[in-house]
Amino acid sequence: MVFRSEEMCLAQLFLQSGSEYDCISELGELGLVEFRDLNPSVSSFQRRFVSEIKRCEEMERILGYLLREIQKANIAVPEEDESPLAPPPRQVLEIMEQLQRLEMELSEVAKNKEKLRRNLLELTEYTHMLKITRTFIHSRSRHEALGPQYEEFPTMETDSVSGCTGMQRLGAKLGFVSGLIQRVKVEAFERMLWRVCKGYTILSYAEVDENLADLDTGEISKSVVFLISFWGDQIGQKVQKICDCYHCHLYPHPENDEERADVLDSLRTRIQDLNNVLHRTEEYLRQVLQKASESAYTWVVQVKKMKAIYHILNLCSFDVTNKCLIAEVWCPVSDLANLRGALEEGSRKGDATVPSFVNRIPSNDTPPTLLRTNKFTSGFQSIVEAYGVGDYREVSPAPYTIITFPFLFAVMFGDLGHGMVISLFALWMVLTEKKQNKKRSSNEIWTTFFNGRYIILMMGLFSVYTGLVYNDCFSKSLNIFGSGWSVKAMFTNQNKTLQTNALLTLDPNFSGVFSGPYPFGIDPIWNMAVNRLSFLNSYKMKMSVVIGVVHMSFGVVLSVFNHLHFRQKFNVFLLFLPELLFLLCLFGYLVFMIFYKWLAFGARDSSQAPSILIHFINMFVMQGKDITPLYPGQMGLQIFLVIIAMLSVPVLLLGKPLYLYWLYRGGKGLRRRRGYERVRRVSEDDNSTAPSYEDDEEEGVDEVTNREFDFADVLLHQSIHTIEYCLGCISNTASYLRLWALSLAHARKFSTNNQFTLSFLCSNATLC
Amino acid sequence: MAEMGFAIAVSVMTLFWGIVGGVVPWFIPKGPNRGVIITMLVLTAVCCYLFWLIAILAQLNPLFGPALSVETIWFLRYHWP
Repeated sequence: MVFRSEEMCLAQLFLQSGSEYDCISELGELGLVEFRDLNPSVSSFQRRFVSEIKRCEEMERILGYLLREIQKANIAVPEEDESPLAPPPRQVLEIMEQLQRLEMELSEVAKNKEKLRRNLLELTEYTHMLKITRTFIHSRSRHEALGPQYEEFPTMETDSVSGCTGMQRLGAKLGFVSGLIQRVKVEAFERMLWRVCKGYTILSYAEVDENLADLDTGEISKSVVFLISFWGDQIGQKVQKICDCYHCHLYPHPENDEERADVLDSLRTRIQDLNNVLHRTEEYLRQVLQKASESAYTWVVQVKKMKAIYHILNLCSFDVTNKCLIAEVWCPVSDLANLRGALEEGSRKGDATVPSFVNRIPSNDTPPTLLRTNKFTSGFQSIVEAYGVGDYREVSPAPYTIITFPFLFAVMFGDLGHGMVISLFALWMVLTEKKQNKKRSSNEIWTTFFNGRYIILMMGLFSVYTGLVYNDCFSKSLNIFGSGWSVKAMFTNQNKTLQTNALLTLDPNFSGVFSGPYPFGIDPIWNMAVNRLSFLNSYKMKMSVVIGVVHMSFGVVLSVFNHLHFRQKFNVFLLFLPELLFLLCLFGYLVFMIFYKWLAFGARDSSQAPSILIHFINMFVMQGKDITPLYPGQMGLQIFLVIIAMLSVPVLLLGKPLYLYWLYRGGKGLRRRRGYERVRRVSEDDNSTAPSYEDDEEEGVDEVTNREFDFADVLLHQSIHTIEYCLGCISNTASYLRLWALSLAHARKFSTNNQFTLSFLCSNATLC
Repeated sequence: MAEMGFAIAVSVMTLFWGIVGGVVPWFIPKGPNRGVIITMLVLTAVCCYLFWLIAILAQLNPLFGPALSVETIWFLRYHWP
């Protein structure tokens, strides 16, 4: 990360048609350049390499299916450290073939498995049905022995086509229909049967113990085996229809016990065979998936890279006469050598007769902003970019954020003990980062913490420091140097005072009570004082204002570097100076008053110590004759400062527009360039000017020739900037008080927490 | 006596952060990260020094003292020097 974003140049790449794929692959691996779209008017379906992209997408689809199957089988996909390169076009067909074959195999095996499963289910249901209907028949025969409650069922001949058995003797056929139905439908089924068949059917049913999976929906539900016995053919048809309607699985009902036993036996062997086959099929599937999973990751990355390369190739324009592709890229100037090297490498790999080359061209467009980051600075850069990306060659605030962001956090957090805990946690994350990177956890919260590990480490370290200064370690204070307040000096031989009062205050006016400020941080006696917050509030509020004003001035000063870089020296006088004066005359003076009061007023004249806030307010209202001044000459100085601040506002508002208008009209600063004129856009933000070349040393702003200088526009922009700045000064200074507020909240929360936790731990300890 | 303690504290801290912010940057080896490291050192020195300075100046001339409960006073009288 550097002071400002890198210098970029526009370059043209001439890629020979044989080796363009390899050249782009090399460039992609290095990640050097940004391609511009040379075919903006062409829709994505008409571009040159559409068919290749379609092929890549087809492969991606197959890979997606493959990965899903692998995941379903709970096989882990090994991921390698280095990502493989994009495959050359001839290898692509191989991969495509492999993938298609795999897909076919997988779908076939899956289909077979499905069929086998269904078969198995049928056989299982049949077995259950046979077993359970056996109990029906036998229970009925038991009932028969008690008394003739049912009709006699003499031996029958089978009529195996429809699964019914007929009874010839009575001249009417007795039919049986047996099968399985879902548990939830049984009552409705029974009712329907009763209504339709008008009592000519008998339904008996019993629940199956085992839970069978319904293959169509994948649910596991309870089924019920039923046996319907009925008289007559027509009733038989009606019963069939009703069974179809309720989606019952019907199976042929055996006549007698021997047949039943035979069928049961054959079923058993068939089920066993099926189980075997199913088992083998699953094993085979697993093997196939295992083998595929080894190269699945490689394929995924390769296909992705290939697709990216074809997308980039689509952005290039095809120069038919020269038989080569032309691409326009933005490249950092410092990386031009690397770019040339990459092209040479790509040409070599692609076996091109003529190597590809690069040609730098001048441009008036604003190049993109490039800020290189490493693993430490990337977190801070992303925080800064959340507020907006800087313009080309603008000063980047990110290197300062590395320190100020954790520092301001620590001012609000300020606890030695908790800071150490945070630092250790972050340190652990940093030291094991290689391992954690490999693990690639899917937990989002953990990923967030891990990506910000350096930020958290900095925050923890600064919190340790601010915790030392606030003298706050798990809400307790450390007494390292010896307190500056002495109780003995104040209360010698005053037992009576001690007995009659519950609360007494140390008075620094007495000699010996206060022996000097604690050398590092807040005195530990304040932790035990009842009026601790009065002191701390005053201290922390003033500290917040001081830190805020210093921080804001730093930011304003940084803008000077922008003005100087973009060769707009007039901005220094017309923008920077009024801004700085406004800020310092008002809030800088407030900071001065804070320091003055700390240094000049002590315990002796504490009764006359003035309130800074009242003085500050009086400064604006230009009153204050009735209160004692802080120092002689205060009134005069304050009026002077207020006038300067007030005057800087119109300068800020009107200075720049009027100056630019004067230039436009042909003021003294007009300069014509020899030979050619360059058009520069003059905008309010000072930062979007075209890149200046090193040999053009020129002050001021070139005249705007081809564009109308819109005074109203410039004035509007400048007035918005002025109002924003002035109001922002005031409100931002006040908002720094959050440093006080949050550190107060933290201290309170953890002091109450501590009491609770400590008492809880103690009670637990006594119990054990 | 009090003045000397204060003077010692101020000079020690000023010296320390002065070295961190002003002397150590000269010894950072040349490399791609030199600019970042120097920025970090200077900013750390400025921030931490300012923070400490505010804390000690706020306590230099206290306008009022701590109000302690009687038990605390008894304890401190005998346990603190």
